[in-house]
Amino acid sequence: MQSEPAITPELVAKHGLTPEEYQRIETILGRTPNFTELGVFSVMWSEHCSYKNSRIELRKFPTEGPRVLVKAGEENAGVIDVGDGWGVAFKMESHNHPSAIEPFQGAATGVGGIIRDIFTMGARPVFSLNSLRFGPIQGDGEAVRTNRRLFAGVVAGISHYGNCIGIPTIGGEIYFDESYQGNPLVNVFCLGVLRHEQIARGAAKGVGNPVFYVGAETGRDGLAGAAFASRDLTEESKEDRPAVQVGDPFKEKLHLDACLELLATDAVAGIQDMGAAGLTCSTCETASRGGSGVEIDLNLVPQREPGMTPYEILLSESQERMLIIAKKGREAEVQAIFDKWDLPCARIGVVNDDGMMRVKVGDRVAAEIPARALADEAPLYRREAKARPPEPPLDLATVPEVDLHAALLTLLAHPTIASKHWVWRQYDHMVRTGTMVAPGSDAAVFYVREAGKILAATSDCNALYCKLDPREGARIAVAEAARNLACSGATPLAVTDNLNFGNPHRPENFWQLRECVEGLAEMCRAFDTPVTGGNVSLYNENPDGAIFPTPTVGMVGLIEDETHVTTQNFKAEGDVILLLGEPGDELGGSQFLAVVHGRKEGLPPRLNVEHELALQKALRDLIRTGKIRSAHDCSEGGLAVALAECCVSGAEQIGAAFWLEGIRDDQMLFNESQSRVVVSVAAEDAATILARFSEAGVPAQEIGRVGGMELTAEFRHTTYSWPVETLRETWHDSIGKIMGAS
Amino acid sequence: MRFAVIQFPGSNCDQDCLHALRDDMAQEAEYVWHKTDSLAGFDAVVVPGGFSYGDYLRCGAIARFSPVMAAVKTAAADGPPVFGVCNGFQILCESGLLPGALIRNRSLQFVCEEVGLRVETSDSPFTCAIPVGTILRMPVAHGEGCYFADHETLRDLETHDQVLVRYVDAKTGEPVAAANPNGSLANIAGVCNRERNVFGLMPHPDRACNRRLGSEDGKRIFQSVIDTLAGRRPAPKDDAVLAPVGA
Repeated sequence: MQSEPAITPELVAKHGLTPEEYQRIETILGRTPNFTELGVFSVMWSEHCSYKNSRIELRKFPTEGPRVLVKAGEENAGVIDVGDGWGVAFKMESHNHPSAIEPFQGAATGVGGIIRDIFTMGARPVFSLNSLRFGPIQGDGEAVRTNRRLFAGVVAGISHYGNCIGIPTIGGEIYFDESYQGNPLVNVFCLGVLRHEQIARGAAKGVGNPVFYVGAETGRDGLAGAAFASRDLTEESKEDRPAVQVGDPFKEKLHLDACLELLATDAVAGIQDMGAAGLTCSTCETASRGGSGVEIDLNLVPQREPGMTPYEILLSESQERMLIIAKKGREAEVQAIFDKWDLPCARIGVVNDDGMMRVKVGDRVAAEIPARALADEAPLYRREAKARPPEPPLDLATVPEVDLHAALLTLLAHPTIASKHWVWRQYDHMVRTGTMVAPGSDAAVFYVREAGKILAATSDCNALYCKLDPREGARIAVAEAARNLACSGATPLAVTDNLNFGNPHRPENFWQLRECVEGLAEMCRAFDTPVTGGNVSLYNENPDGAIFPTPTVGMVGLIEDETHVTTQNFKAEGDVILLLGEPGDELGGSQFLAVVHGRKEGLPPRLNVEHELALQKALRDLIRTGKIRSAHDCSEGGLAVALAECCVSGAEQIGAAFWLEGIRDDQMLFNESQSRVVVSVAAEDAATILARFSEAGVPAQEIGRVGGMELTAEFRHTTYSWPVETLRETWHDSIGKIMGAS
Repeated sequence: MRFAVIQFPGSNCDQDCLHALRDDMAQEAEYVWHKTDSLAGFDAVVVPGGFSYGDYLRCGAIARFSPVMAAVKTAAADGPPVFGVCNGFQILCESGLLPGALIRNRSLQFVCEEVGLRVETSDSPFTCAIPVGTILRMPVAHGEGCYFADHETLRDLETHDQVLVRYVDAKTGEPVAAANPNGSLANIAGVCNRERNVFGLMPHPDRACNRRLGSEDGKRIFQSVIDTLAGRRPAPKDDAVLAPVGA
């Protein structure tokens, strides 16, 4: 065994630890750490594993509720009750930094990681979503070509992993903006289903219980990836490519089936996936949760290559591995199941009661650290926050009038708004035969046959709003997610969030984080949707600065009956179109202003929570009467884009005519006021339904009719008209055409 | 009827097939593990979709060497219907039980979408309950589904009426290029062997057996097999190669 480097201040700094943090390590150990121990502390105390810069803020989230079975932070993923003894485990996680460097494997292993988090809970994963952000892909030039390469690579990586493992990717969102240039966001969400009594725990309990290592062999890939993810991305980050892992979805599929088969036997005392910080994290976290100690022997760990040092084995992030604490005397059952699936399975250690994480190489002790101090006692920081002065409201006089006929087509062709068909055609979104509403409607809807339950899920965040007003943007992200669920006929149950921000040491970035967390927390309380888990990704920066603050909200809802499932596209000639909510007129922060006028400014729309709650409740109530034929919320691109999508997003296209009165036509067409939904109803039901909304205190008006093969907007002075065929082609084919040009 | 659903490591439509057979078709169906070497006691065999053994080499290239494939070959020779969906089709081609090969989609991308299929013949245990020319709607989901064969094989397939389903425009019923999701020659979506008891197709009837999923057309293929086994339909060309009922 080669000798290990001596501990110097330079080595400590290279591990991303401050002198104060190092002092704390010495205090915990009562001695100088060795090189292996220093590495172990550096990954466990990285932001990625310890949330040291965000944990104090995260405490502001509501995490309790009658449906919560496993709370945020307790385990790998939260679990909520969906009735009849069934629960769902779900979570969202980021793989931003790896995807920036190696998009295909970065995204693929992101999918693999979140799936492992779900089946570690004992749940069978049933579907995935993803929320992606890239730099602009339209046009030409080096940067744009790079963005296209990253976009294509990430989509291919998600497709590769998700399709092979057989978990449908049924929805999500994708935005394109300059702020993500060089630092794309890849947030992946997975949901699994389980019986209440099947919830598995990641705790090392029972002195003398054997500790098994199962799954793929450990190699040198992904060394210290958690620490890598906790730094700014720079030009030199490409040198970190070895910190990106390589995924094997086939192996994970075997792993998933083997683990679920094993968990059904009751031979398992605890189970923990080896994700970030690999073997290190899984051993100290299980020991800490179990209030116990764990001792392992690295000589027994299956290894892909010879000559790996303890430092490398402990910090490797090789994929598709799991730590299992079996019940004493049940070892043979564990072995038999992994033999059946032809997976490596090795007994590498034992649970004891001394509270230490002890790592041996044969007889020699390579690392010995108090487990709880390592896993749970990382320093917590309250960083300095500096508010940005509020954006001045938009002065409409500075917005010149433009050709609005062309403007709608420009918006529909913009990749943020255009159909993502090119993307989800590459995802198997139908395996497991539960997809009732395919990607592209307001929320994805999935029938979980194991439980006989219909779930709806969505992910949302308008980061431009968050940039202009972090608190309001975060509030809107929650409201929009809930609105998307309501439009699909669902009642929201709970939230997982993925907080993507810049370097927290910069006061403005930390202020954004705090504002967004408080905005999310306020609205999660209002919607009674506790946060059951999630992920924080900081240090999302490129040489030009931080990304837009992006607190992505993943929300899950329940649909009571199959007949309540509602989609966004217009259904029949002659149906009446109703606008729920006030028409609005604010253009600040709108896509129209950003895309057509090139101005990302102004105050974003304001959210009135009472109006929003009343709207969603009334909409759900009316959907349950069976009289709402389509429902679509107005978001990016405003009413005009929403109506165009209603015309062209179904299998069959159909036109519509609508009329509105206002001061300026561009305001009426493209403002993004909140709490608005477009619904269509049979003509004979229109009056009754308008009355019902009015009784519920929700503004509603008839604004048009479905029919013909054109979308027509009639204003006092002007009429605009677009052939449905043109709208369809512009919206549907845009991304494919752009990507075909790479 | 008792259906075997083969499970390779990496199969991922095994559960969907079992579910469709049991819950939507009310049949008996059991998984058969890839290490098994006998299919005794089953009336029909389904080779489901997925990524057998990861399919890192070429789809189906490793699965053909699995112990259970010897049993499938024996079963195929004895006459019970054997029917491969997606990866199952690829495996049956790799095993030599069906002619031709499935190569990378012309787009070089995975494609998942609903397609239109035209039934080209009712003369098979898999289409006997469906009139010729019927248009079925069901999804495809594959990266290597482009059916390819040499000129002679293609001519033979047509001569012997072995193309059971073709990709068509769901409205016009025409086998146009725009309706072909993967570039398959002659828009071929599924073929049977000369004896007509082995059938493979890229589209997923298992994903179109319930109105919740938007189409129940897949049931008509399963129903054809069930009817054949029950002896309710006229036998195809040669009685000798048909499954012995209740075997």
